[in-house]
Amino acid sequence: MQSGQLFNLVTIAYFASMVLFIAFLALRGKLIARLATWTAVAGFLLQTGAIGLRWYETYQIPGGAGYAPMSNLYESVVFFSWTILLIYLLIDLKYRQPAVGAFVLPFAFLAMTWAQLRLDDTISPLVPALQSNWLTYHVITCFLGYAAFAVACGVSIMYLIKVAKEKDGGSGPAGGIVGQFPSAKVLDDLNYKAIMIGFPLLSLGIITGAAWANYAWGTYWSWDPKETWSLIVWFIYAAFLHARITRGWAGRRAAVLSIVGFAATIFCYLGVNLLLAGLHSYGS
Amino acid sequence: MSGQQRTVVAAIWDFFCSLKLSIFTLIVLAITSIIGTVIQQNRPAEEYLRFFSEKTYHLLNSLQFFDMYHSWWFIGLLILFSVNLVCCSIKRLPRVWKLVRQPQFTPSETLLKSFSNVDEQLVTGSLDEVRQRLEAFVTREFASPVCNSGEAGLYLYADKSRYARLGVYVTHLSILIIFIGAIIGNLFGYKAFVNIPEGGSVDQVWLRSGGVADLGFSVTCEDFSVSFYDNSQRPKEYRSLLTIKDGGEVVIDKRPVIVNDPLSYKGITFYQSSYGPAGGEVLSVKVKLRGTDKAQAYTLQRGERALLPDDTRIQLVDFTPSFRNFGPAARLQVQPASAEAFSVTLFKNFPDFDDQRGGEHIFTLEDFDQKYYTGLQATKDPGVWVVWLGCTLLVLGSLVAFFLSHRRLWVVLSEKQGKVRVRLVGSAHRNQPAFELYFDRLKEAFRKELA
Repeated sequence: MQSGQLFNLVTIAYFASMVLFIAFLALRGKLIARLATWTAVAGFLLQTGAIGLRWYETYQIPGGAGYAPMSNLYESVVFFSWTILLIYLLIDLKYRQPAVGAFVLPFAFLAMTWAQLRLDDTISPLVPALQSNWLTYHVITCFLGYAAFAVACGVSIMYLIKVAKEKDGGSGPAGGIVGQFPSAKVLDDLNYKAIMIGFPLLSLGIITGAAWANYAWGTYWSWDPKETWSLIVWFIYAAFLHARITRGWAGRRAAVLSIVGFAATIFCYLGVNLLLAGLHSYGS
Repeated sequence: MSGQQRTVVAAIWDFFCSLKLSIFTLIVLAITSIIGTVIQQNRPAEEYLRFFSEKTYHLLNSLQFFDMYHSWWFIGLLILFSVNLVCCSIKRLPRVWKLVRQPQFTPSETLLKSFSNVDEQLVTGSLDEVRQRLEAFVTREFASPVCNSGEAGLYLYADKSRYARLGVYVTHLSILIIFIGAIIGNLFGYKAFVNIPEGGSVDQVWLRSGGVADLGFSVTCEDFSVSFYDNSQRPKEYRSLLTIKDGGEVVIDKRPVIVNDPLSYKGITFYQSSYGPAGGEVLSVKVKLRGTDKAQAYTLQRGERALLPDDTRIQLVDFTPSFRNFGPAARLQVQPASAEAFSVTLFKNFPDFDDQRGGEHIFTLEDFDQKYYTGLQATKDPGVWVVWLGCTLLVLGSLVAFFLSHRRLWVVLSEKQGKVRVRLVGSAHRNQPAFELYFDRLKEAFRKELA
């Protein structure tokens, strides 16, 4: 069994889980929700094993000294979907809001599909610049942060839909799919909670990146586009955190800021590499 | 100061303290930062003029868009951001500090009424006996309380994570510390680079901002090598062997410096940054007379001549590290003492090749050595530890600010018609929903205790 085949099964599991979560919104029923969550858990465990297997495989290639599998675009996208599931499942464990899964699983499924279908999954030994433990710390902290923002974004989209539907007066006990959503207050709170988890992780991600840059190049900050965009993301979520305690900025505006923040996060992660020039390249 | 002046000053003060200003500054910083990621920074003017018309170029240049992170307006925004941080901390910190240092042991009725987590019971018994029971209860369920008497009677007060209130201010302070570290680095440090050929030494480095800096010691590159992963062009390691001599004495001897493993000496750190060829290759060529065992080795650089014992002259005409698929190859011009000159081709990977020519001399290309120079980045940054201190405080401060909350609990005992009126009041400075749940459980235990 190779890791690539396992990752295909993971992709299928996330697809199934996503469909089940959406079915839960339409049909309700605790059983469907539970099935959806357990499928997600199964996919997550399988993915954990698959990442472990790929890690092992990095030792098996000729001349391979082994490395944590987070060094190229394919590996990072796979790792991103793993962190999304990790953060989602932790939040689900605490707050038990299965409807949120329908808005978070699609991110993980899309990431896996993209990685499996379009990205190069060759294992190549690390070039000198990447031969550092800082790579692992930096990637783990950044992606856990990104994943928390992905969950926050999913919740914010739910919030905006919920609020818009309530304004239409189409709510009530039989409010269609939106009926299964948590209340606007809970969604607003979940959004805040997710960003509260993500923000220190992003800070840590930026700091470990700076520490690594200082260790490898002798400069902790050089206004490289990737660095700058991570700071832009940091500014946006810092604004979000201050907005929440300002009158008139909680709720709708906070949800919009959260979505803008995640869009900036994705640009920082992918847009900078695909569209701008700079120090971070995923070894094409 | 007239009243009107005072209100103007107060208005300015309020402006610099306001949360709206923080949000505004953060969003403006986020948006303007994009400019420098779209327009490449600090390029020569010709490069920009290829993209922009002259008019646009001058406009963008006057706005300092080509070095925007050091422009007056961006620095100005950062200063505004810092002033905002300082002002709002000055405004709020004293009150919070007082709350932390001098808890409100006997709060007024107005303050007590402002809290939403409240329960009240009327119990029989003496004031002192009820106090003892509740002291034990609060100690068991929450934290050990202090007892004071006040206008309503006896007040038990206990709290947890008092210092959580300071988390926000630590976070704010940490950002200022990072800025200070960056300023120290800019004022007293430098970024420089230096190229050292193998075997060469330097005692100066070239500043990125122009000019040179004396190191006060010398750095020698003993050796540089680059290795590749098997059968590929993928680099595996760039390695310089550096020796540092200070006052004529070797203080660091042949320390390998690779990417991600720099060398520090007297506050200056050297990083493996680039490399390149320094001069031509040196070849080692062996010459053997046919029919004898005697062989002589010669080291030759391109164009160099050598005289063999039998007066034959040889000259290295050409060399390539890889000739088609045959690997390293050299061409020798051979001028025997009394015959026509001819040229031979030698392949390092095929040592018998020249033997098959059947000539009087048999030449073999033994080895070649490419001389490199190593490119080092040299950095002096006395502010970097201040930056790391700030970063540590930033993470710790935000964790405290987000995940800890100052929780306070009062039990107020007053005598009422021969009974004791007991009030339980709780407050948390953040994360109210979680505290409400906690207080509900506490309330149950409280009622059971007094039943």
